[in-house]
Amino acid sequence: MNYQVNIGLEVHVELSTKTKLFCGCSTQFGAPPNTQICPVCLGLPGVLPVINKKAVKFTIITALALNCQISKFCRFSRKNYYYPDLPKNYQISQYEEPLAKNGYLEIILNKRKKRIGIERVHLEEDAGKLVHGTNPEDIKFSFVDYNRCGIPLMEIVSCPDISSPEEAYIYLIELRKILRYLKVSDCNMEEGSLRCDANISLTLPGEKMGTKTELKNMNSFKEIKDGLSAEIERQSHLLNKGEKIIQETRLWDPKKKKTISMRGKEEAQDYRYFPEPDLLPLEISKEWENNLRLSLPELPQQKYRRFIQEYGLPEYDAGVITNSQEIADYFEKCVKYYHHPKIVSNWIMGEILRLLKEENISIEKIKVSPEKMGELLKEIEKGVISRNLAKDILSKMFKTGKSASQIIKEDGSQQLSDEKKLKKLVDEVIKENPEAIESIRKGKKKAVGFLIGEVMKKTKGKANPRLVNNLLKEELEENL
Amino acid sequence: MKKEIDLTQVRYIAHLSRLELSPEEEEKFTEQLAKILSYVNKLREVNTENVPPTFHVLPLKNIFRDDKLNLSLSQEEALSNAPKHKYKQFQVPRIIG
Ligand SMILES: [Zn+2]
Repeated sequence: MNYQVNIGLEVHVELSTKTKLFCGCSTQFGAPPNTQICPVCLGLPGVLPVINKKAVKFTIITALALNCQISKFCRFSRKNYYYPDLPKNYQISQYEEPLAKNGYLEIILNKRKKRIGIERVHLEEDAGKLVHGTNPEDIKFSFVDYNRCGIPLMEIVSCPDISSPEEAYIYLIELRKILRYLKVSDCNMEEGSLRCDANISLTLPGEKMGTKTELKNMNSFKEIKDGLSAEIERQSHLLNKGEKIIQETRLWDPKKKKTISMRGKEEAQDYRYFPEPDLLPLEISKEWENNLRLSLPELPQQKYRRFIQEYGLPEYDAGVITNSQEIADYFEKCVKYYHHPKIVSNWIMGEILRLLKEENISIEKIKVSPEKMGELLKEIEKGVISRNLAKDILSKMFKTGKSASQIIKEDGSQQLSDEKKLKKLVDEVIKENPEAIESIRKGKKKAVGFLIGEVMKKTKGKANPRLVNNLLKEELEENL
Repeated sequence: MKKEIDLTQVRYIAHLSRLELSPEEEEKFTEQLAKILSYVNKLREVNTENVPPTFHVLPLKNIFRDDKLNLSLSQEEALSNAPKHKYKQFQVPRIIG
């Protein structure tokens, strides 16, 4: 049967503040265990948490970018549960009064826009990290590192508006892009700074929403897509047989490629929320909200549209270039020095992204300044170097930070534009390849490219390709 | 008057709090909690129709700290109160997995 799929995503993002949400402990990832904790984040008796202003600011900024209403008044609650990842036996979170609610995120799906509702954005503290013993003598124990405990965690809850695993994937990509543009989180899934749980239910057209299950333990966007697909398949299989869906939490098992019930391991949830008496309420003034709204950077979709309009980039190029704000900035600066946006975008999407990936460095650390990039592209246009040679020069620029002209001078890689020399080589190539001449005579244009390649080989790629092309055409016309 | 707290509720709360109570304790706490609740229930007699809910006893709001580093405890200090620790981590009974 054809079910309508309803997916809601709960995304947890660790905010990139220097210090924790309620104390001055560092949030740096990878420190030795239990070296970034203090009486406040350990919940020792008598301590008082005080909220980090930057974490509140980051949450409001995100909520504004997600078109949410900011609550004028909000407060924190204690979520009570007994699990050793929390030394206090409660997590400071938000319940009835989140910082923001009722927003949306627009995604583009098969060239069509769709709005995914954002139910709420709230702020809470992260929990510690539990490792289960593996050595034989440790098998009965778990070990806790509380460094992560108290790191500001922003929770972004979507409405169940997502109707396929692909849509969930696009939503997450778009959300992560926004969070990175806003510089509120590095969204690094390997380090756990972005985590995602999902709610899924299936509905027959015209009926009310079916029973939902909660899906956890997905550790990459790909796993989220796979986990959702597996869960949809499981649910529709059960419904087809006339069976009922049990409301429960399930875990994605990436090895078995299926979702597994947590039944028996999970208690009925009763968090007995109550207002956190140690924290004072927040009142977000219109003035603060407006100032933060004004401080928002150009967001990915606005930039995408502008790049299409202003630079005439194809949609694909605009998408790739605006994937990261830093790449987009680099592009814009290069265009200032070389006024052909499409050519600049080709070089960035091709060579620059490849080199960055190969050397595993970020664009902020690139040694090829936009000005030098512009100069390189001008040299190609002037015919001083061929495109292939330019690729070679660019990778040298990438490593050394030298300018194109400097490398050309040093390597003597100036393009061969001496007509007499080139004409001699063209004649040689024509003599050496009678079969190619024969097929050109029969109308096979491809062979021309082959002959150009042969001339380039003889000059080790230094020949000016346009000149070779012209010379070859002249010669062939005379000969044919 | 609201229903007094019963044995089932006491057992449930004890379970949520991971407390193991003996049958005698269950009886004792049911009685004590019931007394506490009925005492607090006295507040219901007050007319609060025009009184806004108290969010906090202090008339303060928006108390922030700047995102500035403060000294954390040393690893030794941090672990010093733990009943058990190993690998510089707090050792607890195995939970899941
Ligand atoms: Zn701390």
